[in-house]
Amino acid sequence: MPETIINAINMALTEEMERDERVVVFGEDVAETGGVFRATEGLKDKFGGTRVVDTPLSEIAIAGGAVGLAVFGLRPVAEIQFSGFLPPAFDQLVTHASRMRWRTRGEWSAPMVVRTPYGAGIRALEHHSESLEGAYAHIPGLKVVIPSTPYDSKGLLKASIRDPDPVLFMEPKHVYRSIREDVPDDDYEVPIGEAAVRQEGEEVTVISWGAMMHKTLEAVEKIDVDAEVIDLRTISPMDRETILESVKKTGRCVVVHEAPKSGGWASEIIATINDEVLMYLEAPIERVTGFDIPVPLLSMEDYYIPHPPRIAEAIERVAD
Amino acid sequence: MTKNTSQRADDLDAPWITQDDLPVKKYQIIDENGEYDSEAVPDLTTKEFVDLYRWMLVEKRYAERMINLQRRGEMGTVGSSRGHEASIVGSGYALNDEDYLLAMGRETSAMLMKGVSLRDILLFWRGIDDAQKFLAQRNCMIGISVGGYLPVVTGIGWGMNITDTDAVVTAHFGDGATSTGAFHEAVNFAGVLDAPAIFYCQNNQWAISTPFEKQTNANSIAQRAVGYGVHGIRVDGNDVLATYHAMSEARELAMQGNPVVFEGLTYRREGHSTSDDPTQYRDRDEVEPWLDRDPIERYETFLQSEGLWDEVDKEAMVAEVDEEFDAAIEAANAYGPRDIDELFVYLYEELPSELEAQLRELERSLDELDELEEYIERRPKG
Repeated sequence: MPETIINAINMALTEEMERDERVVVFGEDVAETGGVFRATEGLKDKFGGTRVVDTPLSEIAIAGGAVGLAVFGLRPVAEIQFSGFLPPAFDQLVTHASRMRWRTRGEWSAPMVVRTPYGAGIRALEHHSESLEGAYAHIPGLKVVIPSTPYDSKGLLKASIRDPDPVLFMEPKHVYRSIREDVPDDDYEVPIGEAAVRQEGEEVTVISWGAMMHKTLEAVEKIDVDAEVIDLRTISPMDRETILESVKKTGRCVVVHEAPKSGGWASEIIATINDEVLMYLEAPIERVTGFDIPVPLLSMEDYYIPHPPRIAEAIERVAD
Repeated sequence: MTKNTSQRADDLDAPWITQDDLPVKKYQIIDENGEYDSEAVPDLTTKEFVDLYRWMLVEKRYAERMINLQRRGEMGTVGSSRGHEASIVGSGYALNDEDYLLAMGRETSAMLMKGVSLRDILLFWRGIDDAQKFLAQRNCMIGISVGGYLPVVTGIGWGMNITDTDAVVTAHFGDGATSTGAFHEAVNFAGVLDAPAIFYCQNNQWAISTPFEKQTNANSIAQRAVGYGVHGIRVDGNDVLATYHAMSEARELAMQGNPVVFEGLTYRREGHSTSDDPTQYRDRDEVEPWLDRDPIERYETFLQSEGLWDEVDKEAMVAEVDEEFDAAIEAANAYGPRDIDELFVYLYEELPSELEAQLRELERSLDELDELEEYIERRPKG
C-alpha cells in the first residue's frame, strides 16, 4: 500500500519508539490529537503518556527541554507545530543544542530531533508558511534535513533519531499527503548528508529539496532538456561531492528553493561550485527562489511559490 | 509613566487580586546583627557548622585572588562573588554529587563542593574550553546566556523523572534572568512536568547597571512561584544557615516532584564583572550598609555565640585556602598543550568533510603564512 509522507513519519516514530525506549515524543497537541497534521497519531495509545507528551504552548521550553533530556541520556523528538513558530526556539538551537558537545569537549551532547512542518502552499494563516532552512543551516553544529518523498521521510527520520547530534527535521507539509509511494515496513535508514540523484542527465544539473523537488521534477517533464536532478535531502552537512561531480559533468546548474533569494542556501551551493569547479562551468548558475518578502497570505501565496514555469524557463535558459 | 487614576482602586467592585494579597516573608535564622533563636538553628554537626564557614572563606579568598589575577592580566574577565558567599555556600552545601548544577558563573564554591577542581574553574575564566568538560564530569555547567539555559534545566529534571533518577537539578541565575521569556517557559513547564528542578535566583539587586526595581514591578521573585503553581521561598541569602536549611527542604520538595522558585536575597558588592564600573550607576551610600552586613562576619558572630569559634583557626584556614589557590594556579599554568584540532573535532560526533577541509586550511595557513602565528600570539591571553 503506497504511503504518504505523514504516514511514513508516523511509521518512523512508531518503529523508533519500539526499538529504543529512550525515544520520547513531545510538542503541542502531539499526544491526545496526534498532532495538527496527525504525524504522531496513535503514539500515546501505544507508548503511554510518559513517552508521548503534550507540552504547554512553549517553543523555548520545548526546544530547551529537548536539550536537557538529551544531555540526560534520552532521545527526544520534539515537534514544533509550524516552522513559523520556531524562531522563539532558535536561541535554544543556537545557544545550547548545537554546541553542547563542543562546549563540553565531548562530555555532554544533544542527540535530539526537532521536527517541524515548513513551507507554503496549504492556504494557511500568517507565520505558517516559512522556509528558513538556510538560517538554521548556518548554525555550526546543527544538522538540517529535508526529505521530499515518503520513503526518504521514514529513512531520514530514523537516521535523525539515531544521530548522535542535534537534527532539525523540516517536513514539506505542502506534499504531506499529495504524494504516495511504497514505504517498506523494514527497518532502514537513509543516511544524513547524502543527496539523491532523482534523474540522471547530461545537460544541466538542477538542485532542489523538499516540496520544491516536485515542482522541479514537473518542470523538467515539461521541457526538452536532459537535466540531472539532485534532491539535496540534507541541507547541512551538505553533500558537496554529489553536486560537484554532477556539475563537472554538465557544466551548468540551476538551484531551486522556496526560501527567500538573498542569503538563501542556493548562495552557499553556488559559492561551493565556484570554489571547487568554476572552470567546468559553461554558463552562469541560476537560482529560482521565493522573493525577499514574507510569504504572502493565502490569497496571494501562489505568486510567491516558484512554480514549474519559472523553473522550466531558468533551466532552458541555462541549458541554452 | 502615568497611571490611570480615573477610578480609585478602593472604588472597584470586582475581586481584583494584587501582590499585596500575598506578602512574601523573608526567611532568616541569623539576623543582620548575628542574633538568632536557637530553636530555629538546623541540627548540624560541629564539622558541618565549621565546613560552612570554611567554604565561605574559600569563596571570598577565591574572589579576591581572581580579581588580583585579572588586574595583573593573568585572567580573562571575571565576576566577583563578594557578598554572595552565604548564598552560594548555603545553596551548594545542600546538593549531592548526583545532582546537576547549571550555574551562571558566580558559584565557584558550590561547584567545588560537587567535586569540580579549582584548577578547572581557573581554566574556565582563562577561556580554556576543556574546563566545561571537567565541569560536565561533575554534572555542572556554566551557562553564560542569561536565562537561556533555564529550559535545559527543566529538560534535565524531566529526564530524571522519566528515568526514575533520585537527584535534582538546580539552576543558579541572577535577578536579571527572571525577566527573560526562557525563565517563564522553563519554570512553567517544570511545574507541568513535576520536574525535580530548583530555580535558584541569587537576587543580588543588580543586573549590570539595572536595579531590581527596574527589572520587575513584582515585590519579589519568590511570589512568581504562585503563578506557576510551584513552591517558592524568599530567603535571606546573606544568612548561610537559612539558605542551607531552605535549600535542603527545596531539595526534598523537588525530589517529590515539586519544582521550586528559590530567591536568595543578597547583594552584589562589586561590579558585574571586571569590565564593569559600578560607581557609574550606584551611590556609595547604597553599598555601605551592605558592607556592614557581611555574611561571613554574621556567621562568625553566630559561631562565637554557639561556642564553636574555638573549632575555627581562621588564620590557618585562610593560609590553607591560599595554598590551595596557589596550587590551582600552578596547575592551570601548566595546563596544555592545546591543539587546534579541538576547535573542530568536538562539534559533531563525526567530523564532516567540509569541516575537516576547514581545519586543514587553518593548519596550512599557520604553516605557510609567516605572520599569522605572530598575530595570534600577540594577543594577550586571559
